[in-house]
Amino acid sequence: MSSNDHPKTIAKEASFGYDRKTIDYIRNAAAHGLYEIRGMGAKRALPNFDDLVFLGASLSRYPLEGYREKCSTKTVLGTRFATKPIELDIPITIAGMSFGSLSANVKEALGRAATEVGTSTTTGDGGMTQEERQSSKTLVYQCLPSRYGFNPDDVRRADAIEMVIGQGAKPGGGGMLLGQKVSPRVAAMRTLPAGIDQRSACRHPDWTGPDDLAIKIQELRELTDWEKPIYVKVGATRTFNDVKLAVHSGADVVVVDGMQGGTAATQTCFIEHVGIPTLAALRQAVDALEDLDMKGKVQLIVSGGIRSGPDVAKALAMGADAVSIGQGVLIALGCNHDSYYQNGAHHDASADYAVLGTAPGYCHHCHTGKCPVGITTQDAVLEQRLTPEIGALHLKNYLKTLNMELTTIARACGKQNVHHLEREDLVALTVEAAAMARLPLAGTAWVPGSAGY
Amino acid sequence: MERMSFDLAQTPLRELNSFLHRDAPVKGVQKVVVTNPDGAHNIAVGLDCPVDVEVHGHAGYYAGGMNKTGTVTIFGSAGTGVAENMMSGRVHVKGFASNGAGASMHGGLLVIDGDAGLRCGISLKGGDIVVGGSVGSFSAFMAQAGRMVICGDAGDALGDSLYEAVLYVRGSIKSLGADARIEPMGEADLATVKELLDAAGMQHNPKDFKRVASARSLYHWNADADQEY
Repeated sequence: MSSNDHPKTIAKEASFGYDRKTIDYIRNAAAHGLYEIRGMGAKRALPNFDDLVFLGASLSRYPLEGYREKCSTKTVLGTRFATKPIELDIPITIAGMSFGSLSANVKEALGRAATEVGTSTTTGDGGMTQEERQSSKTLVYQCLPSRYGFNPDDVRRADAIEMVIGQGAKPGGGGMLLGQKVSPRVAAMRTLPAGIDQRSACRHPDWTGPDDLAIKIQELRELTDWEKPIYVKVGATRTFNDVKLAVHSGADVVVVDGMQGGTAATQTCFIEHVGIPTLAALRQAVDALEDLDMKGKVQLIVSGGIRSGPDVAKALAMGADAVSIGQGVLIALGCNHDSYYQNGAHHDASADYAVLGTAPGYCHHCHTGKCPVGITTQDAVLEQRLTPEIGALHLKNYLKTLNMELTTIARACGKQNVHHLEREDLVALTVEAAAMARLPLAGTAWVPGSAGY
Repeated sequence: MERMSFDLAQTPLRELNSFLHRDAPVKGVQKVVVTNPDGAHNIAVGLDCPVDVEVHGHAGYYAGGMNKTGTVTIFGSAGTGVAENMMSGRVHVKGFASNGAGASMHGGLLVIDGDAGLRCGISLKGGDIVVGGSVGSFSAFMAQAGRMVICGDAGDALGDSLYEAVLYVRGSIKSLGADARIEPMGEADLATVKELLDAAGMQHNPKDFKRVASARSLYHWNADADQEY
């Protein structure tokens, strides 16, 4: 028997079910006895806005001149009950992110950029900082289950109030801020001992269910003499029902955050396995408003994985009145960049990423508080890596770019107002996206699930 | 104008609250009497001046909510979330209080002469709560700071996931929540209980109270502990 009877194999077969990622997961679980906690949003491939395309104008529709003709982006939120609705120059807002998860410098940068481009920014789980109130012309104040730092004076000096039921990264879960980020200032704002691993409540302390929520919203209205718009934010799960209940409870604005939405810290199992994609949630939310004949009366903001001008345009065409961005905003500030800019020079941050066991482009270590580019940190040295001036400049550029892309697409579809974009302007590229968004597959009249097939 | 009356059978709630926010601070109003509340929600929410509001009858949800420097006295019972998120001042319920009384209070004094329902003092962040009767289950859940004096009994899971708030209970405790433990009463505790009973106008012997505080074992993730709390 010669050696030729045993041919040398050239392929090694990896298991599909027990691939390297799964082996890593099991080994980590065995080593630590505790689930993984991380930041950012779902990383898995999901049907998203990239799976939709616009039908630009041609012979059957008439386009607008791309550079010369007016295309309005003005956005008004909170017209249902509030006597002082929010008026924004663009339909792109900054999502709620806490001081604590972000540094005070970052909160100030968000406010400055938002003010310059005429949009709103939002507080987070941990109260309102002076920096963000002073730098933000329009500031939305969140009322969260934890009520950390919640203060009637801040309610009165806010421009709108957002009742947070849940968030797309973790619908059904409360906030989390690990001890290394609970600095003395953060701890004082939240009335907690410094350095503890803070785990927020997932339910509000003083109301349970939609009938109670209606009374809670009325309290906030009475407190503000019915002036300020009240938003209700839900993480995307049973979105059709949740949006209906939010409307029933008296919301002026409903915010729907899909599963691609980010967080500064939560269990990975939560981020990847709870909630539905933004695309599916958006369609359900719009259906709920249309079912109640409340489209245009209650405004809809969608968030969770909105990255680009085309994403904004598609969200608006599907029926959103505005979008909210968190992770894209942080990336514009420098999140996951290989360097940071300090004292007039770029500094390589690769070594700091390596210490965290990651690399630029892969980092989701917001929960550690050791952000190599100084964004999601409370560390006195690291936070100096992002100054409000530089951050605001980059963020302003990003928001301007998104808005220009949005109007470019709207004009190509023949719209003088970005809010005139409509579902009829969109088709889907994949069967999954067509089914979730209930739009026809491109080149066909087929909407999966409709008309019985 | 030192005294104003609002009959909620005749006047919409919005007029009362708007008066308390806009007129009371500038017109030097000292007392506002509310009649026929008939369980209306959100009576006297968001007070921001040292006005004295008397509610003659039962109040609904969130009476005296987010109070700052005002005084609200309810000659009747109060619904869910009475004095929720109070910053300072005083809210006194002469009857009973429903769920979530004093939820997330940051300061001030809440006195309940009768019993309080579930989750009394949940998420407490400061200030003091004195309950003449008993409190329901899950009271002082995740209470972060402040003090609670319970002259009657406490239900299940008292002080679950407590932070730095301290609870004093005169009667029986059906069960303690995770991380809550009974600690010995020191001289400072006796003085605290006496001070709070005096402030609430209640007479008991401070030595009859037990102290409940956090064992602080949940402050940090611990992989070796069974996560069964």
